[in-house]
Amino acid sequence: METTLRDTIKSTLRNHIDSGYQIFGQCLTAVGWVGGTIPELPDHHNIIELPMADVMAGGIVVGSALVGKRPIYVVRYQGFQWYNSAIIANYAGKTKEMWGVDCPIFIRSISMEGGIGPVAGSSHHGIYFRMPGIKIAAPMTPMEYNDVYSFYINNAESVYVSEHRKSYDRKTEFVDKIELNPDIVLFPFSITRFECEAAEVELTSQGIKTSLFNQLWINPLKIGDDQVENLKRSKYGGIVLDDDYPNGIAKQIAYELMLRSGKPVRVLCIEEKSAGFQPCNDNLPPSKEKIISFIKNLIECS
Amino acid sequence: MTQDLKIEIFKKASLSRIFEEIVYDNIKKSAFLCPIYLSAGQEFIPATISTITKTPPLIFAQHRAHHTYLSFGGDVIELIDELLGKKTGCANGMGGSASIQSKKINMFGHDGLMGNQIPIAVGAAFSSGKFTLGIMGDASAEEDYVMSSIAWAGFKKLPILFIVEDNNLSILTKKEVRRNWDMHTFAKSVNVDGYNISDDPTEIYNNLSEYDFKSPRLLNINTTRLFWHSGAGKDSYERLDRYEKIKKELGSVGDDIYTTTKESLDTIWKQRLETR
Repeated sequence: METTLRDTIKSTLRNHIDSGYQIFGQCLTAVGWVGGTIPELPDHHNIIELPMADVMAGGIVVGSALVGKRPIYVVRYQGFQWYNSAIIANYAGKTKEMWGVDCPIFIRSISMEGGIGPVAGSSHHGIYFRMPGIKIAAPMTPMEYNDVYSFYINNAESVYVSEHRKSYDRKTEFVDKIELNPDIVLFPFSITRFECEAAEVELTSQGIKTSLFNQLWINPLKIGDDQVENLKRSKYGGIVLDDDYPNGIAKQIAYELMLRSGKPVRVLCIEEKSAGFQPCNDNLPPSKEKIISFIKNLIECS
Repeated sequence: MTQDLKIEIFKKASLSRIFEEIVYDNIKKSAFLCPIYLSAGQEFIPATISTITKTPPLIFAQHRAHHTYLSFGGDVIELIDELLGKKTGCANGMGGSASIQSKKINMFGHDGLMGNQIPIAVGAAFSSGKFTLGIMGDASAEEDYVMSSIAWAGFKKLPILFIVEDNNLSILTKKEVRRNWDMHTFAKSVNVDGYNISDDPTEIYNNLSEYDFKSPRLLNINTTRLFWHSGAGKDSYERLDRYEKIKKELGSVGDDIYTTTKESLDTIWKQRLETR
């Protein structure tokens, strides 16, 4: 029987605490257990509830990492990283280079969309991307999550794990679609992969040859030469899709892809505006319809 | 405090003081390319604590920490090399004066964010269960995350000793301009034993004689920064030079310790400067 991403995370965390390592976070044991991803063991000594002092909390997990507890730190809204990232990015990201000291932290950072306001909505991996020293991945499937955790537990580096609540029910893996001579090449990250998966089917049915390369790792970026070669053969270039603002990671990755391929690469992300708390003021990641419309418009204007 | 203990503390204080005097002279000669934060005037704090601490602590200090490093047994040559920017320095030539560390004495480096050593120290104390020292200045103590960290240490009853080296100055801005509260009263308000004392080694000793080194405690220690915030120079305000006072009290014993320590450090410095 296939397992959901939610259960994969929960099982990973259970094994983590049973191995003597620690999980930190705020409201871990509250109703919902962070989207059902936390083992329901409120009295377990390795599940540590932190107070509402986000900047401090980042420092606490750094201290835990320095003494070998390989903490998993759960930040239940990615926007809270504006506070939480300060000490993690500036200390944990630099200890190896500065002092030859390991400080591995698995930072679970969870995004969601819709009706949740100007901070809690969307992904914010761009905060960490601009700083050297922290690996970043956005796993959306059970196997991807296992791969990222495996990297963490077998290395001495910190990993920012950009999660999305809408992916927690996912059971199956994503499959890349490769057209030999594509019209357009898609490089989606995070939750945008779900809509890209649907958009690709629709575009293909309409005769628009679309290559689709699902991206797990953001830093280091793991876009292989084969993907760049495919981009070089494309008619209209590529699109980087992300759940952060366009000035987060997307434009930087598009820049690198353009240098490597010589082809134009555009970005499609959440919009450059604040989200509100009412649904009419949402700022959502690109939908299937928006992706298709964007590509059709691109082709018509070329 | 016994005379032997007083002398032991004075020896460590002398190591820090004379080291800083030599650094001071070399700043004047432009020997260093990085900013230097001298700890002279504050040396009796780590000299005393390191002498009477029962178990080797995990140490988290900030940018002004030469005296902490030396008092707890950090390698002198590695500190000199660090200030000179050599790969053989205690922070591989990356740390300069402000980000020194020593794995040998469990002293962790500081990255430059004011006060972040305190939540990190609290996290290390929580996760390891080991006795930990969290050292800050009176200015970094004002960081919001420092205060919440002290509160959490109190809540969790962690084995951590917070030291506020209170020289009353944030660069040159006095405490009375910045706040109207004290760290020791704040500590008490969050269930951490808080004390306001001077940097007289006897007073520090008396306080810690009643400490179990297993629970949270905060000492706000009033002290004097002898030199500028950074670099070589003296500010114009009145100051008590605790080191000179105690050296005088110790008489010829103090003079002898000063002379032998200076000779030893002069030799080491000369050799390191020649090999740069």
